[in-house]
Amino acid sequence: MGAGALGRRLRRYTLNALVLAPFVLIVSYFLFYPILKVVELAFQDHQGHFTTANMVAITKNPYRLAFSTSLKISLYATVIPGVLGFVLAYILSGIKNPIVSRLVLAGKGVLANFGGVNLVFIFVAAYGSTGYLTQWMGDLGWNPWNHGFNLFTFSGIVLIYSYFQVPLMVLIMTPALAALRPQWREAAHILGANAFTYWRRIGLPVLAPALIGALTLLFGSAFSAYATAEALTSGSIPIVPIFIGNFLDGNVVAGQENVGYALGVGMMLILVVLAIVYAWAYRRSSRWLRS
Amino acid sequence: MNSVSGASVSLDSLQHSYAGVKALDNFTLHVAPGELVALLGPSGCGKTTALRAVAGFLTPDSGRVVVGDTDVTSLPSQKRDMGMVFQSYSLFPNLSVRDNVEFGLRLRRVKSASRRSRSHELLEMVGLADQAVKYPHQLSGGQQQRVALARALAVEPQVLLLDEPLSALDAKVRSELREQIQALQKRLSMTTIFVTHDQEEALSIADRVVVMNKGKAEQISTPQELYSQPATTFVAEFVGVSSRYRCERSGATVQIFGRSVPIRNADTQTTGQVHALLRPEDVVVTASDSGVARVLRSSFLGSSVRLEVETPHGIIRADVPASQVVSAGSMVELSYRSENVLIATLDESKELRAL
Amino acid sequence: MVTVLNQNTTTVARSTTWYGSALRGVVLALAFVFFVAPLYAGSKFSLQNNAGAFSFSSLGDLTKAQGFSASFLLSTELTIVTMIGVLFLVVPTVIFIHLRVPSLTRALEVVSLMPIVFPPIIIVLGFMHEAPGALLVWPYHLAPMYLVLTLPFVVRSIESGLSALDVRTLVDAARSLGSSFFVILRRVLLPNLSSALIASSALVIAFVYSEYTMAQFQQRPTLPVWIAQFAMSSGHISTAAAMVSLLGAWVLLSVVLLIDLARTTLRTKRSESA
Repeated sequence: MGAGALGRRLRRYTLNALVLAPFVLIVSYFLFYPILKVVELAFQDHQGHFTTANMVAITKNPYRLAFSTSLKISLYATVIPGVLGFVLAYILSGIKNPIVSRLVLAGKGVLANFGGVNLVFIFVAAYGSTGYLTQWMGDLGWNPWNHGFNLFTFSGIVLIYSYFQVPLMVLIMTPALAALRPQWREAAHILGANAFTYWRRIGLPVLAPALIGALTLLFGSAFSAYATAEALTSGSIPIVPIFIGNFLDGNVVAGQENVGYALGVGMMLILVVLAIVYAWAYRRSSRWLRS
Repeated sequence: MNSVSGASVSLDSLQHSYAGVKALDNFTLHVAPGELVALLGPSGCGKTTALRAVAGFLTPDSGRVVVGDTDVTSLPSQKRDMGMVFQSYSLFPNLSVRDNVEFGLRLRRVKSASRRSRSHELLEMVGLADQAVKYPHQLSGGQQQRVALARALAVEPQVLLLDEPLSALDAKVRSELREQIQALQKRLSMTTIFVTHDQEEALSIADRVVVMNKGKAEQISTPQELYSQPATTFVAEFVGVSSRYRCERSGATVQIFGRSVPIRNADTQTTGQVHALLRPEDVVVTASDSGVARVLRSSFLGSSVRLEVETPHGIIRADVPASQVVSAGSMVELSYRSENVLIATLDESKELRAL
Repeated sequence: MVTVLNQNTTTVARSTTWYGSALRGVVLALAFVFFVAPLYAGSKFSLQNNAGAFSFSSLGDLTKAQGFSASFLLSTELTIVTMIGVLFLVVPTVIFIHLRVPSLTRALEVVSLMPIVFPPIIIVLGFMHEAPGALLVWPYHLAPMYLVLTLPFVVRSIESGLSALDVRTLVDAARSLGSSFFVILRRVLLPNLSSALIASSALVIAFVYSEYTMAQFQQRPTLPVWIAQFAMSSGHISTAAAMVSLLGAWVLLSVVLLIDLARTTLRTKRSESA
């Protein structure tokens, strides 16, 4: 390769770099920088000296409770909507009417993007202690508030999260279900298998990676949600995002000024693990469902 | 290797429509035990629908499917004891080749050792014994279909169903696999129904061929009969090559190249313009300076040469032996050598042209 | 081959037993109720005045409520600025990488998935220390943050649109026929990417109008922030605002889907009559 070719290569690199620069700059400053800042400050105390005290602190109460509550809520708000969403996706994938399926698609996309403050308001109107749905169910004889349900605590959060988690699950699983070739089912039947055997031996094993991927996405989504939980419980539920929020509002205990950052690091670690699982699942599922 | 004998299959007056389209229109077919019958036709003709009715994937609106002595029309496919090979992608992706082949056996609670030996036997039959532990996505299309065949045969079904098993494969693999299927079928004397849109496939391996169009059977005969004595104009044009020659009909004969030729499907006595359907091998070409026909094109086919000849009554395709040298642009004389000829009315021809 | 697969073999026989269908029907009905009930409750509550009687007063009062128009305006302006950034920075970058530097595609995908792994609460946490006073001077400093947060769906959407077309071949063909880069952009890329662009734009718009976390901590009174604060004054009006927001997002996404549907049917009709 002569000097001329080398020069051209260099010129192309610099040209590419120039075009990509604005994007890289924005992403660096508004994405990488805050993340690194959080990690950096998690290991610093109020005066800026290095310390691991913050990280240690989050393993103890009340932060420990925050993590366990967060994990518990995320688990409930993943498994329940996950199962329901899967069943719903299966049923919906059997609809042949093109108009209906188009409408359903629109509905799914919209619902999965609902969230935050707006959702809280309509849920209060529906499921609050004097909500319409609560009253209607009470008229039918079973008022959930009398049986341990409380919209503004754990059960309410799981309910409201389900509202956008179920459509999210349906959205993710629908293409995976569509990739289940009808020939597999038919071949299984003609070889003598009934529906149960088909799902046990072929259907679910093939879907397993996609399912795992979907569940990790749901878990991450539930774990990191802030706005919905805050608006619903006015910040009273002990979960990690809320604690971080309290910290951001300036409610800090002396000597633990930077614990909020450590909480952030803890949260990121959990999410990174989820992301790795998701990446594995994605690769696995595309291999099988593609062939 | 124990030889398997198949059962007979009867389709009685099957009717089936969906989406307002008639897929099967009073379709009847009897397949003898051990016979290989091909269902041949263009897409939408109902051949796949018929096969799926036999397999049990659909229940026809009316009519019966009888296997052996049993009416299976409403029996679910799990209970029909048939083997099926699909067009593609039917191997279970999460199971190895061996597990795929053993799937049916496992369902029937065959013990592990005998399962293993049977699957090995079948994989040897299709030449893939060394790929037993591989997974489907690691195999080529042709190999996958061979595994699918082994899997279908593993449970010793009474009937083997093949739904365009070769259509998704390369030409070379296709012909190899075709021969393998035929050999296996003969060896096992298995009743087989083979769906295809490729007439060469159907003609080369089937004992009998059913040419289907719009849900009806146009003709059911041996390949030879189908080719040389097509019963309807659809069959004549779909199977093999036919050229259309405009001529005058008078009563039961037409004039072709100056000769009076009896009409084969003479059902009504009329006069008027018709199209005679001529097979290339029935047209004899002689070089002649005074001839009225001009050679437009010549294609070398190996053992013969196909000529496209322009005549005042239409463009005629004629096959001549490779040794006979006829060049494009030369003038020739044509004559027709078969004893009778199939004709189509001008309306019929227009309809067929659209295919 | 295509024709064989289109009719009979694509849909497998579902269990046609009566109890199978009934069960499916029940599940669908329950799901329908679950999703529609809160919307119904929300509208009912919004269309009430403080005395509990049916009235449109909440909607009317909404527009006059203190702070509403300012917050709505701010949200709208933020949406516009974010959209500008997305359309003129993110989209060209994605196209550029796809065409010129395909080796960076993997890196781009990783970057675009990071906002899922590092959610808004974390990002806003990272910025608090900086309390970028310098940045706060610009009224729309939330826009680049939003741009980053929308990367997951924008990048994924454009990327899949590009790979579905085999853009490389199209561009090479256009290039060999002599067109310049801009003509290619206009005539080849944009028409084919339009549905991906429209869909992701709709999602960006819906996102900006409903983003709460970052706006609240950065002390920018956008619409969702206002709605949350105003709840203390009047539940009816806040709920009305929430309903309007939700329905607005619904309408937007439905319009997008309808446009897409219309265009594809128009295209098939045109090719059929050709």
